[in-house]
Amino acid sequence: MAEQTPQNPELPDNEAETPEAREMRERYERLAKAKTVPTIVVDNVDIVYRVHGTGSGRGSATAALNRIMRRKQAEKAAGVRTVHAVKKVSFVAYKGEAVGLIGTNGSGKSTLLKAIAGVLPVENGHIYTNGQPSLLGVNAALMNDLTGERNVWLGGLAMGMSREEVRDRYQDIVDFSGINEKGDFITLPMRTYSSGMAARLRFSIAAAKDHDVLLIDEALATGDRRFQMRSEDRIRELREKAGTVFLVSHNNKSIRDTCERTIWLERGELRMDGPTEDVMKEYEAFSGEKGAKKKAA
Amino acid sequence: MSQVLDTPPPTQVPEDDLAALAARHGLTVSGARPTLPEYVRQLWDRRHFITAFATAKLTAQYSEAKLGQVWQVMTPLLNAAVYYFIFGVLLGTKHGVPDYIPFLVTGVFVWTFTQSSIQVGTRAISGNLGLVRALHFPRAALPISFCIQQLQQLLFSMAALVVILLSLSVPISFSWLLVIPTLILQFAFNAGMSLIMARMGAKTPDIAQLMPFILRTWMYMSGVMWSISKLTKSDHLPHIVTILLESNPAAVYIDLMRYALIASFHAKQLPPHVWPLAVGWALVAGVGGFIYFWKAEEKYGRG
Repeated sequence: MAEQTPQNPELPDNEAETPEAREMRERYERLAKAKTVPTIVVDNVDIVYRVHGTGSGRGSATAALNRIMRRKQAEKAAGVRTVHAVKKVSFVAYKGEAVGLIGTNGSGKSTLLKAIAGVLPVENGHIYTNGQPSLLGVNAALMNDLTGERNVWLGGLAMGMSREEVRDRYQDIVDFSGINEKGDFITLPMRTYSSGMAARLRFSIAAAKDHDVLLIDEALATGDRRFQMRSEDRIRELREKAGTVFLVSHNNKSIRDTCERTIWLERGELRMDGPTEDVMKEYEAFSGEKGAKKKAA
Repeated sequence: MSQVLDTPPPTQVPEDDLAALAARHGLTVSGARPTLPEYVRQLWDRRHFITAFATAKLTAQYSEAKLGQVWQVMTPLLNAAVYYFIFGVLLGTKHGVPDYIPFLVTGVFVWTFTQSSIQVGTRAISGNLGLVRALHFPRAALPISFCIQQLQQLLFSMAALVVILLSLSVPISFSWLLVIPTLILQFAFNAGMSLIMARMGAKTPDIAQLMPFILRTWMYMSGVMWSISKLTKSDHLPHIVTILLESNPAAVYIDLMRYALIASFHAKQLPPHVWPLAVGWALVAGVGGFIYFWKAEEKYGRG
């Protein structure tokens, strides 16, 4: 399946590597040699989701009764399905690394990221971290019926910022989002925002906090072109301050731009772990998306 | 496929060494349950989030309605009006109860505080999985925050109640100050119950479907719209039933609030040992509920 298909003449060979890619490779080798301080150790981790109300007796009263009466013995028969999302994955991430997580849809990337953040329990194995890694994103804490202003406060506090920190950064957040460029919109409820405006505000709030270990799940493609460039700069800034960065993305270009190391998950299993360029090449051959990649680049 | 796996990941370490490596560099297990004192400290650090979240929920509640925040006061008043019509007028429970309107309205408001705290508690985790799975914070922040929202709601209702009391020329007295300790104790009890229900609701969301029936039964037994003391004094009830009726925490807090606010509600109408009961229930539910909730801290969000 994953055999290399070198017949595509447009694919640059190793010798023709772009300067950026070469720089990333050097960075990878330097870090691999240094093997400084590990910040995240993922030790043989399994993650399993349990889904109720599936199976043959779906939703019927007898199936439900069965489920309650014989919880342990008959989990499967009673329609509890387990989804083994991540299987026996192990790796170590070191300080200063930016690691990309790639894989086709449903391969367990976001699940693994949530487990590293400590918000999703693991079934087997352990995840050891230095401090508390945090996911970039506050969407779940924000409320559409409230004004942008109150959401900045709420989001900041939800991420664990103190009141003083929120007060200090409030103006930066609003300026960065550009919400007020076209009038005083920050005092309007968020439900009145266009989807682009709301996405920009959400990103601005999320990116306002510095993190030791930063986990980013597809957060880069929001807003218009100008805002995208601004947010890429901000990500780079966060990356420099953070000890370690994990980035989940389907945008191969942003992985290439940000990460020198990439981990490829497929069906929950660790398929490959190495320098971004090498892993990407295999991944692109596997998913056969060279045409798509050209478009994205 | 084999050639892919052949590429040796350069940072790989033999498997059994990983735990040792982590220990050597002082890494800790991600998402592990903190100790109880540490948990309390984390929760205290998040106090501003807890109150901001409660206020935000409260404000967002009626933001689409034309009358907006007026509904904060209108909703409990309409509730009380319905109960007055059914119990006071149609069923005639008001006979022999002086100041029946304040008696009823106080009962309804205080009961609603407990009832909705428990109801929102049941769905505090299971209804907010998105939040639980996205951000890291002590999970007890959610049920506690929802209880604070209910407390704020009650304060709106109390303001309406004061207007009712004054308009019915119930005299202002020093005993009104007893409202404060009563509210604190009732809040501790409600928060504890809410934490207990939050853990149960997180594991078995079906409980949310059962709660309305349990709560309604509890309401009718708590003397919200009828007088417990009238019943226990006039009828020949078995002793055990009297004790159960009088030690019911909801009835204890309701009667304390009536005693505080209504001049015609005398101390002898209060159940015996009412203050020890009020403190006891608050401590048992508050502390017990908190520990019970903390015990499953690392499991919330699974499923």
